Amino acid sequence: MIHARINGIRVEVEEGTTVLDAAKKVNVKIPTLCKHPDLPPTAACGICMVQLKGTDKMIRSCCTEITEGMDIITLTPEIVEVRKTVLELILSNHPNACLTCARNQNCELQSLAAEFGIKEELFGKILKNLEIDDSIKTIVLEPQKCIKCGRCIQACQEMQNVWALSFAGRGLDTRIAPAADFTLVESPCVSCGQCAAYCPVGAIYVYDDTAKVWGALNDPSKHCVVQIAPAVRVAIGESFGMESGELKTGKLYTLLRRMGFQAVFDTNFGADVTIVEEATEFVKRLTKGGGVLPLISSCCPAWVDFMEKFHPDMIPNFSTCKSPHEILAALAKTYYALQLNIPPSSIFMVSIMPCIAKKFEIHRSREMFVSGYQDVNVSITTRELVRMIKQTGIDFSSLPDSEPDHMLADYSGGGTIFGVTGGVMEAALRSISSFLTGKPLGNIGLNDVRGLKGVKEARIKVGDYTLNVAVAHGLGNVEYVINKIRNAREKGEEPPYHFIEVMACPGGCIGGGGQPRNINDEVRRLRINGLYTDDSHCKYRDCHDNPQVKRLYAEFLGEYGSKKSYDILHTYYRHRKEYKSYRETEFLGESE
Amino acid sequence: MNSYETLPDQLSTYVNKWKPKKGSLVMILHAVQDYYGFVPKEICFVLAKELKVPLARIYEVLTFYHYFRLELPAKYRIAVCMGTACYLKGAPDNLDAIKENLNIPEGRATEDGLFTLEIVRCYGCCGLAPVMSINGKIYGKLDKKKSLGILDEYRQKETDS
Repeated sequence: MIHARINGIRVEVEEGTTVLDAAKKVNVKIPTLCKHPDLPPTAACGICMVQLKGTDKMIRSCCTEITEGMDIITLTPEIVEVRKTVLELILSNHPNACLTCARNQNCELQSLAAEFGIKEELFGKILKNLEIDDSIKTIVLEPQKCIKCGRCIQACQEMQNVWALSFAGRGLDTRIAPAADFTLVESPCVSCGQCAAYCPVGAIYVYDDTAKVWGALNDPSKHCVVQIAPAVRVAIGESFGMESGELKTGKLYTLLRRMGFQAVFDTNFGADVTIVEEATEFVKRLTKGGGVLPLISSCCPAWVDFMEKFHPDMIPNFSTCKSPHEILAALAKTYYALQLNIPPSSIFMVSIMPCIAKKFEIHRSREMFVSGYQDVNVSITTRELVRMIKQTGIDFSSLPDSEPDHMLADYSGGGTIFGVTGGVMEAALRSISSFLTGKPLGNIGLNDVRGLKGVKEARIKVGDYTLNVAVAHGLGNVEYVINKIRNAREKGEEPPYHFIEVMACPGGCIGGGGQPRNINDEVRRLRINGLYTDDSHCKYRDCHDNPQVKRLYAEFLGEYGSKKSYDILHTYYRHRKEYKSYRETEFLGESE
Repeated sequence: MNSYETLPDQLSTYVNKWKPKKGSLVMILHAVQDYYGFVPKEICFVLAKELKVPLARIYEVLTFYHYFRLELPAKYRIAVCMGTACYLKGAPDNLDAIKENLNIPEGRATEDGLFTLEIVRCYGCCGLAPVMSINGKIYGKLDKKKSLGILDEYRQKETDS
């Protein structure tokens, strides 16, 4: 252990702790801008300067390890002056566009400028005229507002291993851009949106689709329906001063009805259907040689895009099941439309998602138009919904709970844990156990697939089978699992796993790029606990026990994995180019 | 005309020799520029695959060092000195005038392929400040008018020939 002092307060921390983290431990707040708790320090901004007592030496607390006997001072007038100068220099390269900025009132730079009482600009503005890149329609890159903290680069390159974003140029000319001046839509970007989640300012933000939703709600010829993803209900409260992880399902149902939606569905129902189809597919592959193993989950659109671009050799391993919101939308415009005798052309489906990549998924291939129309018309993020709520003036916290439209909304515990890393695996194993042995799984070994470890591996005994499974979250963690499969394949060995779950965002959907900001592992844990609590309170824990799912198959789809199920609920994958220009075709080959 | 879809033998040998060594990217990019006179985009795609380095990392290196050129150099390479002496003697004004006259930012080539514009730091002839060079020939004691006059001379030379 290291013993040191911060502003005279004794602190004892483990070796390797930074000055910044040591200060946190004794409740000394050092301002930060480029440093995010999830990411390694870049030491780009210099706002976290502190002083070694008795010397003139200024050090950056984010990247300096505290050592034995160190005596740190964080609050002399000189330090405040240095920090203020750092801010003034950053502001000299930053447009004064706060009122019309995507991050107005939710900007780390704006907050610091307010805290430090910046009233005038001492340095002349040096602004580069850089174009906005909104080509990809999921995220928007506004490089002029970038403060070069490097968080998005770390997220895109190190955490997600996508490498769509990079630094271009140097010095004053440094800017954030895809390589070789490709636009984002031409780049390898998979729209996970972690860059937007980590950007401290308004340089990268979510493409706003709320106007389309308002437009549809205002159009009397449209029958507007809506669905909410599992992860939304445990995070949206944060934007209204409530605790992370508090379940807001009933309030959301009420809210959406008051906003004018004619039917309120729940993506969790779609997740239940995904699982019965995916578990059926797995059992077929395991016992009847109906395809290759390991089966790889495909409900995360950023992961699907990533696999199609970077790991096309894994296409045969992918589950062909659509993601829950696409399944629910396809059912809304077929099954629900039929039952209520509403033409699918007039149904307008809005998905409310923690996810940015869903904005791309809704038109990614022709299978997303199975009803004859685009199955999901608009997908908006949790943050976009929060803005819409604020525009309506509805007081979210005081809303009563209400019921959804049950036929496409009732859900099992398995459906709700889709929003956390390991949840899809757990829900699938519960059904797989019943399908293989006729008995429920219980809780044997499933703790191994829970939690925030980057790659989780487990052996699960199901009847006569011992299933090897792996769960990865954060795309940077996928490589390890994929390479293990490839190595075994090259050596002609048995595959190391039977089933793999991947979610692109750290923590799973609860940590999605479109969720309320200020994410860190503590917030992730609270949201995860929220969904596991929801699971434990569900009347049915296993997806196939959901009575509405049973009714759906009895009245409409027939058997699990029937021809009709395949027509409506399944999709296919193709090798996509990492880089492409608008003129080129995006696809390198078909695959069934 | 060169095709940039594959590495020529000379570069291929070089790449194979150095690719196991960490940190060899800059060196390999130097070799590419020596070979072609610039670093073609298509070759970067080939290198990304060969070296298993993301294209984004290659371009981070290429755009960090002013030495690398990303376009085929034009017939006449203008290099305006922005070293301290030239700077103080009016080089920024000259540079702006040239940029406006050629209608290109620094680092780019004119559409007719006649001129490229670069910035350099100090030729070591500060007594002549401000200076620029065109294909290595130094022009000194410049002002805006003189700078643009020199460009016109080169244009004239081109129409005459």
